[in-house]
Order: sequence, then C-alpha cells, then structure tokens
Amino acid sequence: MTRYIIRRLLQAIPLLFVISILLFVLMRTASDPIATMGGRRVPRADERERLSRQLGLDKPLYLQYVYWLVGNDWAKVDLDGDGVAETPGQQRGVVRGEFGKSMVSRGRQAWDIIWERVPNTLILMIPAEIIIILFSLAVGVFSALRQYSLADNVITAISFIGYSMPIFFVALVSMYIFAVQFKQWGLPALPTVGMFDPKVGKTPTQVALHMVLPIFSIAFISIAGYSRYVRSQMLETMHQDYVRTARAKGLSERVVIFGHSLKNASLPLVTIIGLDIPLLLAGAVVTETIFAWPGMGRLFIDHVSRGDTPVVMGILMLVSVSVILFQLLTDITYAWLDPRIRYE
Amino acid sequence: METIVEEAVATLPEQPTTKALSLRQMVWRRFRRHKMAMAGVVMLILLVLYSFGGSLVFTEEYANYTDTSIRLQPPSREHPFGTDTVGRDILARTIYGGQISLLIGLSAAAIEVVAGVIIGALAGYYGGLLDGISMRFTEAMFTIPQLFLLLVMSKYFSNKMPDVQVLGRTFSGSVIVIVAIIGLTSWMYLARIVRANFLSLKEREFILAANTIGVRNVPIIFRHILPNTMAPIIVAATLGVANAILAEAYISFLGLGVRPPTATWGNMLEGAYNYVESAPWLWIFPGLLILLTVLSINFLGDGLRDALDPTTVT
Repeated sequence: MTRYIIRRLLQAIPLLFVISILLFVLMRTASDPIATMGGRRVPRADERERLSRQLGLDKPLYLQYVYWLVGNDWAKVDLDGDGVAETPGQQRGVVRGEFGKSMVSRGRQAWDIIWERVPNTLILMIPAEIIIILFSLAVGVFSALRQYSLADNVITAISFIGYSMPIFFVALVSMYIFAVQFKQWGLPALPTVGMFDPKVGKTPTQVALHMVLPIFSIAFISIAGYSRYVRSQMLETMHQDYVRTARAKGLSERVVIFGHSLKNASLPLVTIIGLDIPLLLAGAVVTETIFAWPGMGRLFIDHVSRGDTPVVMGILMLVSVSVILFQLLTDITYAWLDPRIRYE
Repeated sequence: METIVEEAVATLPEQPTTKALSLRQMVWRRFRRHKMAMAGVVMLILLVLYSFGGSLVFTEEYANYTDTSIRLQPPSREHPFGTDTVGRDILARTIYGGQISLLIGLSAAAIEVVAGVIIGALAGYYGGLLDGISMRFTEAMFTIPQLFLLLVMSKYFSNKMPDVQVLGRTFSGSVIVIVAIIGLTSWMYLARIVRANFLSLKEREFILAANTIGVRNVPIIFRHILPNTMAPIIVAATLGVANAILAEAYISFLGLGVRPPTATWGNMLEGAYNYVESAPWLWIFPGLLILLTVLSINFLGDGLRDALDPTTVT
C-alpha cells in the first residue's frame, strides 16, 4: 500500500508539469496584464515597454515559464532598458515555494494573497460538504424506503429540478425568497452580501448568518444529485441476499437498513463525493461572486480578468493539486472500506 | 414418408407472426415507453418553437432596441416579461437569446463529440506512444475543473474576434469563441469512454476477421468499431448539450462570455444579482428557460440511456 501511494505521488509530478505548461501558455498568451494597470487610462507605448521589462513579460514565453518554475535568481535581468542585463533576478520560482509577485497588487507575493482567501473559502466548503453528505444520505434512504410513495415522487421531482439548476439560479431564487420576500412578510431576513455586516463587525454570529444562503445554494444542487444516487444504490442493496439473511437472522429493521444495506450502498458514494469535492471549488467561483464572499473563487475571477498570471496560476495549481490528492485519498479510502480491492 | 412429414409439420405449433425488431425499432420502442423522456422531448420541441418561431413575432432590431426611458419596467401588457437595464424588451431577448443558447449547446456538443471520438478512437486503437501522450494530455485537462479552464480560455480570443454575418444577421464574434472553448474543454470524459470501448472491441473476433481480409485501419475504426460504441456516445452527446448550455450560462453570467448586443440566456443574467430585489423579472425568465431546457435534455438523456442499454432488454 505504501508503495502504491508513493508511486501515485510520483506519477502526479509529470501530470502537474503538463498542467502547469498548458495553463501558463494559455494564461500568458491570452491576457495582457499591462492593459489594465493604468486604470481607465491606456498606458503609453514607453510605459508599456518599461512595465513589461520590469515584469519580465518581454522575455520569450519558454523563458517566462522557466523563470516561473525555477526562479531567475541565477540569471541577470535588464531593468533599466540599456540592453545590458546587470541586475540579478529576484524570483525564487514555484519549485522553491514562490509563485512570483502579483501583477495587480504590485509588490505582494501571489501566494500570500491566495493564502489570505483560502480560509474564507474553506469555511463555506467544509460545512457545505458535511451538510451535503448528511442530507443526501438521509434523503436517499428516506425515499428508497418509501419507493413510489407520494413523498418519494415529490423528492424525485425536486431533485431532478435541483440537479438541472444552474447554481446561480438557485442562489438568485434563494436570495429572492429568504432575503427579499422574508423582509416583506416581516420575517427575519437573511443577509445576502459579504461575510459580515460592517456596522456590526466580524462576529461569529454575523459570519454564520451570512454563510446560510451561500451554503444552501452550494448544497442544494449536490444533494439533489447524490440523493438520487443513494436512493438507487439503496434499492439495489435492499434486495441482496445478505440483507435477506440479516432479516432472517431476526435483526431489527434499523440494523438491517443502517448496518447492512446503507453500509454497502454508501461505498460507491465515497468515490463520487471524493472526486467531486474539488469541483465544489468551481461552484464556489459562481457562489462567491453572487454573494460577494471574499474567498478564493472571487479572487480568481478578479485576477483572471486582469491577466494576473502569478495569482491565477497559484490558484489553478492549488486546485489541481487538491484534485490529484483527493483522487488518491478516494482510492485509499475505497480500498480500506472494501476489502475486496487491493492495490499492488 | 412424405405424408408423415406433412403431418409432422401440421402438428407444429403455429409460427409466431410478429416480426423480429431491428435494433433501432427496439430502442425506439423502449424510449417511447419512458414517460419522462417523452415529456423531455415535448418540452424541447416547445422550447425550440418558442425561440425560433418567436422570431416571426419580434424582429431582432426590436430585441436589441434600447430605450433608457423605459428601463427596468416590470412586466406589463406592452412588455410581458418587463424591460432590462437599458430598456430592451426581455420577452424578445429571451427568444433571440434562446436561439443562440440552443445553437451554442448543439455546436459545442458537436465539437465535443468529434474531438472526444477522434482522440479516444486513435488512442484506443493504435495504443502505444500515441495512447500514452494523448491520455496524459486528457488527464491533465481532466484534472482542472472545467469552469476554471473556460474562464482562462475565454480571455484567449475575447474582444479580438470580429462580428460575423450569417444569413443577414450579425452575431458577436464571441459566440464562436464560446462554442469553441466549451467544446474543447469537455471532450475528455467521452474520449475516455471511447478509448475503453475501443480497447476491448479491437480484440474481438470480427475485428480480427476484418483485419484478415485486409480492411484498412480507418474503415475498421469508423465502420466496424465505432458503430458498436454508439450508445455511450449518443448519451454523452445529449447530456453534453445540456452541459454546454450551462457552461455558457456560467461564463456569460460571470461577464466573460458572449458579448452584447447578441443575447443569450446566460448573458441576460449578467449582473442580475444586483437586481434581486428591485427587478426580479430580469433573471427569473431567462433562468427558468435555462432550467427547463437543461431539465428536458437530462430527461431525454436518461431515457436514451435506458433505451440504448442492452442489459435492459425487454
């Protein structure tokens, strides 16, 4: 098992390498960070030349990538534009833990900017994921036990609709119902924008209140999808021989359902959820934009539109690494839960 | 002797009169019984009628006509769906936006299928180095969530594409960009399925037979193996249309998609979160149309999956 993990981790290195080349080339050829640097004013030609020299954007693309990857403190750069490279480079490169300086927030390390936002995204994502797992198991088991009843049909209809909803539509509708309509009906309305009310300050209650609607929007769609899956898995395991045996042994219905049926039904769910967790980050881009939540997703949107390669690459590499790690983690968990699976 | 045979024939049970069904008839029969799938088809036909038939009622100039004196008007007799932030009629825009959204969905799915099938087929059939390289590339593309790729790529050509004239109508060049990038970021799943099917099918006897009689590689791939792996391709293509419509909506919603004046259901929602309270009609109608379309395509895809899956022969 240890050898398997080590091999998988080693395989991830070339994969990350390919991903980084792909994204770096796309990012650097697609965007012009200098265009937005002067605010609304378009930079003059000489300013453009000076800025691109200082930011190292005048170098050929492959060299920019090499500098990004391993840094440029071993090379000399020409900062004053006299054609002589005399100043030693300052970048340390990704492999030595530096993603370079942000081009939008000048002078700040991209990694520091990203790291500031990660906790904000995580306090949305972790509770959302817990709610998703608990509710989809509960809803799925509930409808499987009452197959084709009225409640099951209603849940099926809602989950089909939820599954087809774009996340922003869920967000807009929930904002409309829980914030706008609740206010009109005189009920306590939920806040829709930001992490806390600036008048009250960043107290835990405020943050918790502001988390309700974003988490609801994120969770709703996933619960709709997963609960269908749990339901069909449950229906399948409930007719297996080992469940009949458990019943024949005289076990209580509760033990049969939760101890024997659900335990086996939830196995494949591990795979699906494990592979989907990093995808929640993509959903976070939209959710954080709508609810003005200062997380990583909104940071990505703000910086991708201004061509800030170091920050955007940092976020994308972070996401890619987490995708790969979760894939590995999923495989390990699965092997641990299902003794029939053995990795060589 | 002959009479015995005749007698024996006469005592045989009557031959069944029902004809054997062809595969296509069997699939159709199973599909027709799938109530949700049929409902999806009907809804889709209605949506197509709405967005293409509607252009007989409203002209495109009307859909793009701005009049800021009537901005943000609630639904009324004159403007049944209200007006948007610059006074355009939302009903007319959902009609023209629907055309673009549906076309984006279909053409992006077409690109997805072509790319996925070609890459999957070549990798699976030839194997070796080609397989190694293309599968590493597929894995790399698969690792980055699609929305991130789309947002990075939507910068690639945006604002550089000139407007295009098709059938006397002007489309924002960004439509083509969006179609291309959605298609090029969604083929990975299909490529993997096709590759897996090719890997197992190419070892079968009928391929060996085709090889023996000297059929060339290209006909083997397209005429012998591909038809046998059509079922997952059809299902993936159907669901691909829904995903492409959603993807367009996401990037347009975030302001990096199709540029105005060309309307799509997605870009009608751009900035709508600023009007949650003051003008809900801005986002309710295009949002509902996206929801209905995706829902009916998902129903259709589900029905196709059940109908095409040979393990559920009825």
